[in-house]
Parts: sequence; structure tokens; C-alpha cells
Amino acid sequence: MSTSIGRVERVVYLGAEALVAEGEFLGYRAVFKLRVGKPYRIPELDREIVKRRTVHEARTLEALREKGVSVPRLLFVDPLAGLIVMEKVEGVVLRDVLERLDREEACRSMVSLGEEVGKMHKHGVAHGDVTTTNAILRPDGTVCLLDLGLSKRVEDIEDVAVDVHLLVRVLESSHHSVKEEMLRCFLEGYRRVLEEDRVREVMKKVSEIRMRGRYVEERRLGRIA
Amino acid sequence: MVVVLGVESTAHTFGVGIVSDEPKILADARFSYVPERGGIHPREAADRFVRNASRVLREALDQAGLAVESVDAVAVALGPGMGPCLRVGATVARALASYYGKPLVPVNHAVAHVEIGRMLTGAADPLVVYISGGNTAIVAKHGSRYRVFGETLDVALGNFMDTLVRELGLAPPYVVSGVHALDRCAEGGRFIELPYVVKGQDTSYSGLLTAALRAYRSGARVEDVCFSAREIAYSSLVEVAERGLAQLGKTEVLLVGGVAASRHLVEKFEALAEYRGLKLHVVPPKYAVDNGVMIAWTGLLLFKHGVTVEPEKAAVRQRWRLDSVDVYW
Repeated sequence: MSTSIGRVERVVYLGAEALVAEGEFLGYRAVFKLRVGKPYRIPELDREIVKRRTVHEARTLEALREKGVSVPRLLFVDPLAGLIVMEKVEGVVLRDVLERLDREEACRSMVSLGEEVGKMHKHGVAHGDVTTTNAILRPDGTVCLLDLGLSKRVEDIEDVAVDVHLLVRVLESSHHSVKEEMLRCFLEGYRRVLEEDRVREVMKKVSEIRMRGRYVEERRLGRIA
Repeated sequence: MVVVLGVESTAHTFGVGIVSDEPKILADARFSYVPERGGIHPREAADRFVRNASRVLREALDQAGLAVESVDAVAVALGPGMGPCLRVGATVARALASYYGKPLVPVNHAVAHVEIGRMLTGAADPLVVYISGGNTAIVAKHGSRYRVFGETLDVALGNFMDTLVRELGLAPPYVVSGVHALDRCAEGGRFIELPYVVKGQDTSYSGLLTAALRAYRSGARVEDVCFSAREIAYSSLVEVAERGLAQLGKTEVLLVGGVAASRHLVEKFEALAEYRGLKLHVVPPKYAVDNGVMIAWTGLLLFKHGVTVEPEKAAVRQRWRLDSVDVYW
């Protein structure tokens, strides 16, 4: 196998978005992300979505790396095949460990997540799927952002607020017992990167988004939980 | 044996159901308000409920062969829903509970959709896709509550479908012989590009609605507009459900709510289930739509865990979220 430029060793998981495998590529430990077509989408729509998200994710990875946001290094992309190869990030999925870490470590990881999301927003990119599943906690305690397939250029403050809204909802649904503290830590990191005025604007929009949802009690009471 | 009578009146249906804990459905009586044009007019619906309530109640008791004296509790959907409609059911239930001295059980309509689905399909720990005229949510039990893992950021799927066909001049009636006007209109359509929006675990249909209507007004064929809007709306819903499944590692999916009666949507979920090796449960169409049985059944579960409310405190809650209700079972 000495002449090959890379090889897939094992499938890690079948995510909602793609089949993810690990192996080697150009001498790097690599992650292969293959966006597979969905049997529940008609082919015309499916092809377009796969191609668009693949190109988009590759471009965004490059652009963000250049700006110093912590994302995996892009090694290869084939839009029509829906394939992206990137460097493997050593660490653990934040979702799996958040509630097992001691409070200080957990908070530090959320501060780091807040900083990285803040950096993205500062450079005009919204992640589009901010969850604790899409964050790798490195051994040094910093967080690397994954899954930029739903990211978009920020056209409106709404786009960045949706990122924060999504995170709040993940904390509510998957990390309910620590949600308030973890949100506070996330915002601490977020504030390190963005101006206080901007943060305030974003959070105002987040409340607005929540109140727009169906059957939101706060809408009546005029406050946000 | 415990017997509970349940009253539903959150939107277009005033229903009374009676169930026992075998479990057995003893009665299912309904009155449905169908607007002649436009959408549901809440006060008009409430007015029709008032005029039909006693007849529906009588019918349910006759079906069960019971008198109110012999039920153990009265359950009522206090929300979420339309205020004027909710107040009719609440008034009826409070009156029954006070007059006959029966415990009154407050039921969340959304939780009831989930529970009747679980009871009828035997789904144990599913990811629940709750889709109706007023709701679009991806829900799963986490700890002692149902939690929302994804939802629409604006209009509900059913509301999107109804509004689109209404604006296209194809409805009301929205559903004929169990088939929605959008599914009917989509036949023979070809795909045209319209915005496909998934934001994380959430869907959004308001932009799609606007774009679909704009395409139609700029000359696109109506069947192409219907076909494409439906494909995008349904596919993005299945996609966010798939995201929830991947996140939670669930192996069962349960479809509940009125839109779960759409054959075409069920087919998409069947494709997902086969592809991911899941078990798919779909609530039977008869109980996909609003009914009193689901309120009675959920009321029975709550009653067995000691949840009751004083009639004078049983106020309706138009925006009562399902993730604020404790489930003890």
C-alpha cells in the first residue's frame, strides 16, 4: 500500500448528514466525510443539496482556518461525489463528556466554544448547526468546530442569533441539568471576542426568535426563560 | 378498573372520548367545524362547539353505556390552542367535574397526541415527529419530560400546506377523503427550484411559502409549485428528524398529529426507516387528528399519578408547551 495517497480504515458513524470514516490521507490521520444521497429526497433535489453543501463546507473550512478559527484542516474535496477529506482532530465529542467533566473543566470547554463561535461571527460566518455534538474537546481543553455544511455568510443579525438559539436549545434538551451555567460560560467566551453592544443585540434577537416559536409562554409574559 | 372521560376542543374539533385502563376505548364522539372559506375562525368555531357540545357528550356516554356518575375522572385539554375554542371544552369539563364531584385532570394537547400514538402503536421510546396544523416538532422523552429537539422556526407544516393551497385557490376544503389538497395538486408536477431551509435541527416554511406563491404568480405551473413545495417541505422535515435520531441514537420513530395521515409523507419516513434500520410507527389516521380519546387516555395516565386540578384553577393556556409538562410514566 506504499503507493496509495490514502486509505479508509473504519467507518466511524452514519450521521444524519454524512457517512464519516477514519483513515490516512497524504500522511495525515484523516476523516473522510461522504455525503450520501437520501432515499427520501427526489434525486434532483438531493444532488443539488449534496453538491451545494459539500462545496460550501470545503470553502468555509478554508476561509475560517485562514481567519484563525479552530476548524479541521481541509485535505481534499470532490463536490460531485460529495466527499471531503480533512485532518482528524484529536479529542472527544463535547456532548459525550460535558456532564462528566468537573464544573470548572466543563465551563472552560464552553468558554472555548463561545470563543470559537464568536470568532466565526466576527468574521461574518454563521455556523448553522451549533451543537455539543459538533464540537471536539481537545486534550488541551480548547474546542474545535466541526460540520460546517449548514454554515452561511451572515447577512443579518438573525443568522448569528440562530446559532446561539440552537445552542440554547441543545443545552435545554441534552444537558438540561447544567444548562444555565453552561450558557453563562458560553457567553463568557463569546463576549471575549465580540463587542458588548453586539452581544447585547444578538441576545435580544435570540429572545425574539424564541418568542416567534409556537406556543411560547414568555411571549405572553414578556420575558425570556 | 379506572374510567376517564376526556374533552378536546383546542382547534376545529370538539370531541369527547371515554377510555378505561385495560386499555380500551369505550367511546369516541366528535364534532368538527369546517370553515366555508378561509381558515379556522376561532370565535365561529367556539360558537359551533357550544351548540354541539351537549349532543357530543350525550353520544359519547351512550356509546360507552355509562352515566357521568360512573366515570372516575374528567380530563380536559387546557392548551395549547385557540382561546375561544379551548374555553368551551374547559367550561364543559369544569361543569361536569363540579356538578358530579369528579376529579378534574388538566391535559396538554400536544402530550396527548404523543401518548395516544404510543398507546396505539406500542412504540416504547421513540423519537416523536409531531406534525399538525398548529405544530411541527421533533420530540423525545428525556428525563421526566418530553423535550423538543427540533421544531419549525415559523409556521407549522400543516399551516404551511393549508395556506399554500388556499392562496393557490385550491381550498377549502383542505382534506378530501383523507387526502390533502396539496398532495392532490402535486400529482404530475415536476421539480422547480424553491428554497430548502434547514437550520440546525429546525425547519422553516415561511420563506418557502412566499417563494412558492411568487413562482406561481410569475407563471409556474400550479402542479409544479405544489410538487416542489411539498417535496421540499416534507424532505426538510424528514431531514431534521434524521438529525434528531442521529443525535439521540433512537431506533424508533413515531409520527403523530394530523399531517401524519399524509400517505406521501409516511412514504418518505418509510424510506428513512429502511435506510437507517429503524422501526417506524404511525398513529392510525383516525387518531392522528384531534379527538377526545387522546385527552381521556392521557388524562387517565395523569390521574393514576395523582395529577388533578381544582375546577376554579383550571384556566386555559393557549401557549402551553409540551416540554413544560412532567410525565411520570
